[in-house]
Amino acid sequence: MSGLEHSEQLSTEHLLGIGDLSAADMELIFRTADGFKEVINRPIKKVPSLRDITIANLFFESSTRTRVSFELAERRLSADVVNFAASGSSVSKGETLVDTVNNILAMKVDMVVMRHPDPGAAVFLSRHVQARIVNAGDGTHEHPTQALLDAYSIREKLGRVKGVKVLIVGDILHSRVALSNILSLQKLGAEVMLSGPATLMPRSIRSLGVQVEHDLDKALRWCDVANMLRIQLERQGGDGIANFPSLREYAMLYGLDRERYQRIGKDVVIMHPGPINRGVEVTSEVADHANSIILDQVENGVAIRMAVLYLLAARIPR
Amino acid sequence: MAVQTLLTSVAFGLTVERLCHQLIEDHGDLAGVALIGLQPRGVMLARRLRSELRRIIGGEHLVYGELDITFHRDDFRHRSSPAAPSITQLDFSLEGRRVVLVDDVLYTGRSIRAGLDALLAFGRPSDVQLLVLIDRRFSRELPIQADYVGKWVDSIAGQRVTVEWREQEGADRVTLDSSAA
Repeated sequence: MSGLEHSEQLSTEHLLGIGDLSAADMELIFRTADGFKEVINRPIKKVPSLRDITIANLFFESSTRTRVSFELAERRLSADVVNFAASGSSVSKGETLVDTVNNILAMKVDMVVMRHPDPGAAVFLSRHVQARIVNAGDGTHEHPTQALLDAYSIREKLGRVKGVKVLIVGDILHSRVALSNILSLQKLGAEVMLSGPATLMPRSIRSLGVQVEHDLDKALRWCDVANMLRIQLERQGGDGIANFPSLREYAMLYGLDRERYQRIGKDVVIMHPGPINRGVEVTSEVADHANSIILDQVENGVAIRMAVLYLLAARIPR
Repeated sequence: MAVQTLLTSVAFGLTVERLCHQLIEDHGDLAGVALIGLQPRGVMLARRLRSELRRIIGGEHLVYGELDITFHRDDFRHRSSPAAPSITQLDFSLEGRRVVLVDDVLYTGRSIRAGLDALLAFGRPSDVQLLVLIDRRFSRELPIQADYVGKWVDSIAGQRVTVEWREQEGADRVTLDSSAA
């Protein structure tokens, strides 16, 4: 019975972006995720904590792994779950976002997990509806649970995040993962370097206090962890390759294959937020290498999302 | 007399030893038995029992685990902040095993209810018994009783029973604090 008095809670009612979280919030999420990671490795991977909570997953943009990861997290906490995809819904009939969400909330939903193509959609929603909002990606802005699971995976693999040198490679311009990762890693005391073609690097990115190195080999020698972002073909414009000449050229300059990995001369941890374009960002040999933690990231994603939902639900008044 | 000592260090040691002998009386060499301490404070008693049992009978058959019940508690969102989880360590199957759940104080019975719920997520034991150091009888909110009891205490809500351990607080002791009652 005693020992429970020392518990803490999150400083925020919604998870809209890493920008709203303190380092202490993130440490609390990680410690809670440790507990859930043990739970999801039990024979019966389910706990009753959120059995009186209903969660709506609103995906206004296609997603497989994030939606499945959230849904598994919700079900393993025993929450009731409703799924809502934009295609074939009232959104295509002209309903506004607030009306759509308020209609769902009228059915007594407590929390909303939302992915939306527009930056700021989650913040906007949190100001206009009575539910706890979890941002599952808003355009090119933020993807906070991905950044949390990435930092958690680094912590698990290397034992710490503080002082770790993390390289983020690729399509920084279109990546909400990149922005959330930069913010979370810096708050946790890691050093961040970016690498990729100049056309995929936002002009003012150095104002965030990160280093930029366009020579991937140099950047790899600097880092302890390399996070190889996916080339977002769907966001490159018309023919899919407006920002660089060809996928083949991208793979030659910024792809990580076995030869390039061996040239680094040390054990750099390989990460990728998925889905992988095998042979573009990383080759199969590197993706399946012993130093790759790509599948650990996926497993940790469920534990991190359980922790976030659990800690946010704890702040819902009865 | 706001704070009353219920068990002195000497009585504490005798009580733990008696509980060990009762376990041996019922379970022999403890083959097939799993001793499982509830986090956070039940594990202190479970660890003490484990080392005493090893001293008395060798205890090479004794299987030992620690169980966190945080996510199974029924007071989630009744508290001002969520309870922090502790470590669960159960690296054996419960199928067909005789489980002895161990906690320091049995009071309302709600922690044990959560403990049973958490335990069954690991499989189906053949039976489950409950061992506690202190039983605050007449204060149960659920129909749960212990099979092995160190000491019964009649207390009222507002009084506080505290179990102290030499590993954590420097001395083995059980006290009853009535100052808030």
